[in-house]
Amino acid sequence: MIEAVLVEGLVYGILALGVFLSFRILDFPDLTAEGAFPLGAAAAAAMIAGGANPVVAMLAAFAAGGLAGAATGSIYAALKVPSLLAGIVVMTGLWSVNLRVMGGKANMPLISDNPVMDAAYGLLPNAGDWSAALFFALVAATVLALLALFFSTEAGIALGALGDNEAVVVAAGSNPKVLRTSGVALSGALCGLSGGLAASYQGFADVNFGSGVVAAGLASVMVGEFLFRSNRIGVQLVRVMIGSIAFRAIMFAGRKYGYIIGMGPNDLRLVTALLVVGAVAAGRFKANETARRGLAAARDRRPTREARP
Amino acid sequence: MIHIENLTVIFNAGTPDERAALDGLALSVPKGQWISVIGSNGAGKTTLLNAIAGSVPIAGGSVVLDGIDRSGEPEYRRARIIGRVRQDPTAGTAPDMTVMDNLALASRKGPRRLLPAKPASLKRRLLERLAELGMGLEDRSGENVSRLSGGQRQALALLMAAMTGPAVLLLDEHTAALDPRNADIVMSLTRRFVRDFGLTALMVTHDMRRALADGDRLVMMHEGGIVADLSGEGKAAASVEDLVRLFREVRGEEYAEDRDLLA
Repeated sequence: MIEAVLVEGLVYGILALGVFLSFRILDFPDLTAEGAFPLGAAAAAAMIAGGANPVVAMLAAFAAGGLAGAATGSIYAALKVPSLLAGIVVMTGLWSVNLRVMGGKANMPLISDNPVMDAAYGLLPNAGDWSAALFFALVAATVLALLALFFSTEAGIALGALGDNEAVVVAAGSNPKVLRTSGVALSGALCGLSGGLAASYQGFADVNFGSGVVAAGLASVMVGEFLFRSNRIGVQLVRVMIGSIAFRAIMFAGRKYGYIIGMGPNDLRLVTALLVVGAVAAGRFKANETARRGLAAARDRRPTREARP
Repeated sequence: MIHIENLTVIFNAGTPDERAALDGLALSVPKGQWISVIGSNGAGKTTLLNAIAGSVPIAGGSVVLDGIDRSGEPEYRRARIIGRVRQDPTAGTAPDMTVMDNLALASRKGPRRLLPAKPASLKRRLLERLAELGMGLEDRSGENVSRLSGGQRQALALLMAAMTGPAVLLLDEHTAALDPRNADIVMSLTRRFVRDFGLTALMVTHDMRRALADGDRLVMMHEGGIVADLSGEGKAAASVEDLVRLFREVRGEEYAEDRDLLA
C-alpha cells in the first residue's frame, strides 16, 4: 500500500517537476503536459515494442516531451499568443501524433515485454513493490540531482530570473525568448520522461493518459508548498517530489476509503480540483498572515514615490 | 561613445493621438563624459533612454554606441554594452532570488552557458563588491532581494548595472523614488562607479540642483528635442534660477508653475 503510493508519487513526481518548472519557475501557465505526458508514454512503449534498450526508450520519452515543449515555447515566442493557448494547441495536435506513434491504436500494452519494471522488481528480489519503490526513488533522486545541478549553472539561474523579472535577464544580454523556449522544452521533457515511466509502471500506454495531469501536477506542487517554505531551489525541487507523494497518498485514501462517504474513483478528479483550490486559498491565507506580521518592518522601508503622469 | 542622429520616435502612429516623443534629436557624448538630462514631463527624456537601450522602436535616425550603429539590434543584444538603472527600485533586480544569484547573473553579459554560475572565486569577488556598497549586504547575500529596502535594492541594481564596466550607463531618475538619505547614498555610489569603471553616463533627473552639481554636461529637453546644452564654464556658472529662466523662455509663459514642475 505505502509502496504503491511511493511508486506513483515518484513516477508522477517527475511530471510535477515539469509543471513546477513552467508554472512556478517560468511563470508560464502551460497545458503542454497533457500532450507531452502521453507522448512520452507512447514513445517509450513504441521503442520498447521495437526492441530498444529501456534506457534509450526513456531518453526517447524525455526527448519527445522536450520537442512538445519546444513547440509550445516557439509558438508563444513567434506568434505572441498567451502561453495557455500555445499549450492547448500543442496538446490538441499531439493527440493525433500520439495515435500515430502507437501505430494507430489508442492503447499499447507492455505486458509481454516490460524491461523497466523487470529492472525495478529485480533490484531487490522477493521484495515486490518495495523493490519498485526503491528503483523509482533512485530514478527520481537522479532526476532531482541533475535538475539541482542545472539550476546552479548560468542557464539555470537565468531561467529562475526570467519568471521573476525578465528585465534582469535582458539586462544581462541574454535572449529571453531562447531561454524561455528552452525552459518550456525542459518542462515538456520531464513530463515525457514521467509518461514513459508511467507507461512502464501501468503496463500500457494510452492516448488518454494525459487527461487531468496538469491539475494533478499543480496539486502536487501546491501540497508541497503548503508543507514548508524555502527559497532554495534544491529544497523546492525535493519539496515537489514530497508533495507528489503526499498528493498520491490523498488520492489513494480517496480510492480506498472514499466509499464510506459514497465516493467512487470517478470523484477523484473533483477532489484534485478542490485540492488545488484549497491549496491556493491556504497559501493566500498564509501570505496575508505573513504580510500582517511584516507590516511593521515594511513601514520604514517604504519608498517615497514621486507622482508621475 | 554615444552618437545619435536625427532620432525620431512616434507614439500612437497612424492614430489621431499621433505624437513625436522624439523629433529628430541629435546628441553626441564622448567617452567618459557624464551628461545630465533635464526637462519637464513629456519632454522625451525617458523615451530617449528607451530608444538608446532599444526598448522602444524608432521611426527614424540612428543610434551609434561604441562605434557601431545599434538601431536594428534587439534590446538584449544592446544590453551587452549598456547598464541601466530605472526609477523603480523593483525594476532592476529579481525579487524572489537571492542577492548573490542576482549579482552572479549580472556579472557576465551574453548568452547563458551550462557552467557553474557561482564559482568560489566569483563569489568572493561579488562579496567584496557588496561590501563596498557599505550597506552590510555582504552578510545578507543569501537572502531574497524582496527583503531589502528600496535604497538597498537600488544600490544593488546600480552595482549590477555598472560592475561589468558597460560602454554606456543609463540612469533614469534612479534616485527619485528614494528618501533623501538613500538618494544621497545612491548618488555617491553612482559617482564612485562612474569614476572607478570609467563609464560614459547619461542621467535623466528632475532635480536641477543635482544636474548642476554632478556630471560634466547638462542638456535640457523639450518636446522631443534638445533646447539647451551646457558644459564646462557655462555649466559651472549656471544656477537653478538660470535653468528655470531658460526653461520659461523655451516653453513660453504658459505655465506659471514651472518651478514646481522642475523642483
